[in-house]
Amino acid sequence: MRKTLTLQNLGCASCADKMERRISKIDGVISASISFAAQKLFLEVEEGKFEKVVEKAQQVCRKIEPDCRIVY
Amino acid sequence: MTKRQKIDIAVIIATAIGLFILLIVPVDNSVKIFPYIAIYLLIGYEILFKAGRNIINGEIFDENFLMSIATIGAFAIAEYPEAVSVMLFYRVGEFFQDYVLDKSRKSISKLVDIKQDYANVDVNGELIKKDPHEINVGDIIYVKPGERIPLDGVIVDGSSSVDASALTGESMPKDMTKGDSVLSGCINLSGLLVIKVEKPYTDSNASKILELVEYASAKKARTEKFITRFARIYTPVVVIAAAILAVLPPLLVQDVSFKDWIHRALIFLVVSCPCALVISIPLGFFGGIGRASKRGILVKGGNHLENMALVDTIVFDKTGTLTEGSFEVSQIVPRNSTKEELLRVCAHAESFSNHPITESIIKMYGKEPDTRKARNVEEIAGHGIKAIFEDELVLVGNDKLMQKHGIKYDSVDEVGTVVHAAKGSVYLGYVVVSDKIKPDSKSAVENLKKGGVRNLVLLTGDSEKTAVHVAKEIGISNVYSSLLPQDKVSIVEKLLEGMGKKKTLSFVGDGMNDAPVLMRADVGIAMGALGSDSAIEAADIVIMDDKPSKIPEAIRIAKKTVRIVKQNITIALFVKILVLLLGAFGFANMWAAVFADVGVSIITILNAVRVYKGY
Repeated sequence: MRKTLTLQNLGCASCADKMERRISKIDGVISASISFAAQKLFLEVEEGKFEKVVEKAQQVCRKIEPDCRIVY
Repeated sequence: MTKRQKIDIAVIIATAIGLFILLIVPVDNSVKIFPYIAIYLLIGYEILFKAGRNIINGEIFDENFLMSIATIGAFAIAEYPEAVSVMLFYRVGEFFQDYVLDKSRKSISKLVDIKQDYANVDVNGELIKKDPHEINVGDIIYVKPGERIPLDGVIVDGSSSVDASALTGESMPKDMTKGDSVLSGCINLSGLLVIKVEKPYTDSNASKILELVEYASAKKARTEKFITRFARIYTPVVVIAAAILAVLPPLLVQDVSFKDWIHRALIFLVVSCPCALVISIPLGFFGGIGRASKRGILVKGGNHLENMALVDTIVFDKTGTLTEGSFEVSQIVPRNSTKEELLRVCAHAESFSNHPITESIIKMYGKEPDTRKARNVEEIAGHGIKAIFEDELVLVGNDKLMQKHGIKYDSVDEVGTVVHAAKGSVYLGYVVVSDKIKPDSKSAVENLKKGGVRNLVLLTGDSEKTAVHVAKEIGISNVYSSLLPQDKVSIVEKLLEGMGKKKTLSFVGDGMNDAPVLMRADVGIAMGALGSDSAIEAADIVIMDDKPSKIPEAIRIAKKTVRIVKQNITIALFVKILVLLLGAFGFANMWAAVFADVGVSIITILNAVRVYKGY
């Protein structure tokens, strides 16, 4: 399942790189890529795991950049 | 201005005033330390708080942490004014950095946004604006003059001229009327259009193109990958260097002050922040992708822009790429039959094919061929069609097909595609179908040569005569003709082998049945792909309309993007390394260090903006 999510308040480019690498490692994620310029997160997730993955991705982002929010 | 920004400005101004007063009041530093701490906390509490929170979260080496250590360090060596002013300048720099970042992101987004965020629907005789997500397939929507079409559909009432420039980059409007299909993203110029929706919002053309462009900005170019990888090691290396600088020299060399070397180490900490290096690079590529999409050129990733900037060989498919691909019968030469009979046989044999050549013959025949009459129809790639028609074997195709079946045929030397026909073992004659060269093919080729493309190649399944004629007309000297589809791949592979390093090959086709070649080339370009999902899927760069002149334009945009991105990397690295060196030898102060961090990132963001402005 593919989904495009918006990352609000993504201010730091090397943080985006860090987030991308960590979100890719979340269980159930097939691929994850972040566009720093467009403030978007492109997720490909195994069926049925979407909610869980987004929750974890949100934790990852908040840990790296506390103001960063995932919106969809 | 947001509330947040207002607070930031207030804090910055208050700190600046406080700092100024403290600097001019003639009181001893030991007394001033308390007011200094107070204004330091005012300007720095947010950074300190974030640093603390991130340490608890296990994130070290982030910008907040580095700035906190650097300024607290300055306090520790009694450089109070410096501690406060460095934090102050950092906040000012961050403020401007966020401002220009936000602004440039918004302007690129505006550049690529072709979505309409409402649709007009009729509710009890009144037009109401509705969220297009809530519109279903089959619903009727109304598009007023001046509005953008929100969803794909068919016009059921009204007529108007429609501007597709947001999709194709071409501003020539098209007249549309009842029965015509319209794509979302186009602008309705003159009359009210009533449209029956055929695709939901998220599957409509505008949403799909926007998503493609945004996704493209997430696919990293080689330069971008390199610099993010560099940034990952840069920060720890500089922080370790700072630690060594603070400790080693005072221990090894006599008569040097601890304070001085700690001060130098603190400068290193400020310069070690990685963001200035990275921030402008993705922005530059997104700018290039956005700029191109505004011109009807979809680039599916920063890496393709990089490859496009290095193009030195371009291989063109002829039909539909450099020529119109709309064929017309130019000669009908019957043998052992009549013109009417020749066309009748061809049209029936070809009634199942939707190849442009066969379509032109059916058009010439003038009647609808009876599809029940042709049986066992077999299309032989690169040869033609074999079928049973009126209980006899019918062959319609090129020389090769005639040879294969031992039919004696006229060897024809004409410009165009020659289609022979035979029924039973009797040769019926031939039809010549020819294609027009696109009006801008010649100027496109000229511009490509001027732009430094070394080798231009034309590939076609057509006869040598036609191929050479077209090639000569537009100025291409390297021609391969009479090719089967698989030959195209092997020619491209051979050309790729002969390529120099740091040079790339691009293949340009119509994306219909050349997917293998598009994939094999360094940059696959599909042309005239508006509304064709399969072509968009297979290509790296998609030209929405069918103009070859967009190719030199794409190269120009690619070169400009890459040039500016490289400038930014050079600027950032140069300033950072310079300040590190000066700092190590005691010639740089903390303000220079702050400049090397946020100052440089502001300069590079503003430079990146040039990618999509002032063309």
